[in-house]
Amino acid sequence: MTPILQIKGVTKRYGGLTANNDITFDVAPQEILSVIGPNGAGKSTLFKQIAGFVTPTTGEVIYKGTKISGLPPHKVARMGVVRTFQETTIFKSMTVRENVIVSHHLRSKASLLGFFFGSAQAKADEAEFGKSADDIIDFLGLQAIRNETASNLPQGHLRALGMAIGLATHPDVILLDEPFAGMNHDETMRMVALVRRLRDERGLTVLLVEHDMPAVMKISDRIVCINFGEKIAEGSPAEIQANPRVIEAYLGSEDAAIGM
Amino acid sequence: MSTTRLAGVLAFLLGVFVLVPLFINLTGRWDFYYTLTSVALLSVAAAGVWLTFYIGRINIGQGAYALTGGYVSAILITQYGVSFWLTLPLAGLFCAAVSVLIGLPILRLRGVYFAMVTLVLTEVARLTALALPVTNGAKGITSIPLPGELSLFGLTIIPDFSTLGNPKLAFYLMATVLMVLTYLVLWRIVNSRLGHLCRSLQQNEELSASIGVNTAMLRVLAYAISSFFGGLAGAIFVAISQSIYPSSFVVQDSVNFMLYCFLGGLGYVFGPMLGTLLLYFGWDLLSIAKEYQLLIYSGALIALMLVLPNGVLSLLDKKGGRK
Ligand SMILES: Nc1ncnc2c1ncn2[C@@H]1O[C@H](COP(=O)(O)OP(=O)(O)OP(=O)(O)O)[C@@H](O)[C@H]1O
Ligand SMILES: [Mg+2]
Repeated sequence: MTPILQIKGVTKRYGGLTANNDITFDVAPQEILSVIGPNGAGKSTLFKQIAGFVTPTTGEVIYKGTKISGLPPHKVARMGVVRTFQETTIFKSMTVRENVIVSHHLRSKASLLGFFFGSAQAKADEAEFGKSADDIIDFLGLQAIRNETASNLPQGHLRALGMAIGLATHPDVILLDEPFAGMNHDETMRMVALVRRLRDERGLTVLLVEHDMPAVMKISDRIVCINFGEKIAEGSPAEIQANPRVIEAYLGSEDAAIGM
Repeated sequence: MSTTRLAGVLAFLLGVFVLVPLFINLTGRWDFYYTLTSVALLSVAAAGVWLTFYIGRINIGQGAYALTGGYVSAILITQYGVSFWLTLPLAGLFCAAVSVLIGLPILRLRGVYFAMVTLVLTEVARLTALALPVTNGAKGITSIPLPGELSLFGLTIIPDFSTLGNPKLAFYLMATVLMVLTYLVLWRIVNSRLGHLCRSLQQNEELSASIGVNTAMLRVLAYAISSFFGGLAGAIFVAISQSIYPSSFVVQDSVNFMLYCFLGGLGYVFGPMLGTLLLYFGWDLLSIAKEYQLLIYSGALIALMLVLPNGVLSLLDKKGGRK
């Protein structure tokens, strides 16, 4: 199958520090691919380059045959590639529902002037955003806190809201940076099931960075392992768990367990 | 719109357009017209500053646009014979255009950096007005004729101000109508998608970009609208005083516009209007305190900001609450 996303020799240098060094891999449509690696390995940097927040020093990211690296984030999002953030990011003084509604920006058919004057198209858009937002909120099980102000939410809910915001853009590819951080075991398993449903029911391609190895092993079709900015392994969860370079990378760091 | 809100708006309009003129007629305090006209115009400029706050930028440069708008109107009237009424939108549009050029580079800056650059803008505008031949340097432009007649298809909509027995009332009505329109526009912006996007920008620019918002464009748009209001207010001020000098709007004015927003409440569309009214009148009333005027005024400001950090209108929130 032709890949939906191609990472081609992506290198990012910050002064003397090489955060990503010549990383290459492909992502198939509707695949769930995890990027793992010890702290500071360069995982978030990679996601930022895919989503347009950081331009690669060299190398490129190709999405559906078009180069997207170097484009600004809003253009990348418009094309269908959207990232959620590792640091929880939400619009903190909006309610959960307002967060999700405002994030439907890309779905607008009316112009800003149309919205200003309350045109028929604008009203139709508003109605559609509201309905779609409610669907997403229900899907993620956030009904009970729909009208809660985001800044009051506990960490687990914030993560889910971050994902809801990403989904509101109706992306084809979603990049989740540590989506299960701050969640307990039950919440994590529930989210794992939801991410799988995103793929199965909505046809999304999912890339995720995660430190929770049991979750990663459970959820991923394939895994890419990065250490000191370099890709050191790529394969199925079973292959990764058995890979001596991966084991060595993890033994050398603090989070020694790689999920067995 | 809820009935209470509608009633509030009607009461406000009644007060501005009927009760105030009635009161002034009865008491003979014609000087109030001048004060209230100033409040209305200053609050138009402050509305613009408030919108820049709404995208998360501290704007201490509105005086530059008020000055620019004033000069555009004055030059068009005195040197090109353009009707005042036409110079009004032109002054706004000119300021909006200038603000796009200035905004593109500086709106990337955040927090105190943006604030510092805007603070310098007013001074730059003053120095430019001093230097350019067209603005006539320190002598300024004087003896600007009063607004002429505005007619459409031969129908007189607004009579020539110089033929009026009471131009003070005419200016008052013009300024308050403009104020009402400005706040209507601002209210619509805030409650439509544009406003929602501005809020997203204020709360989290990175996330806003990642949901597909062209943040650079949106910032410039908001700033241009803001500067449009500044130019508009400046143009009318000049029409009232019939003159403009490089020092007609100075850094202190820019700072005041920002204070009006702070005091009224950054979370409330009508905050800058109330803030302007309170501060302008407060300053006037305190003139009885003579040499202690500034001291008491500043002290009161500090106290207010400590007690009501979200502005005077946040008092409403505690009882029942509304936006
Ligand atoms: N803007 C930047 N300027 C300089 N160095 C940076 C910058 N962003 C990241 N780095 C460095 O690049 C390296 C990789 O960072 P990155 O955030 O990608 O790691 P990570 O794999 O996501 O780590 P974690 O698991 O802790 O989130 C780190 O050493 C980091 O300090
Ligand atoms: Mg990271």
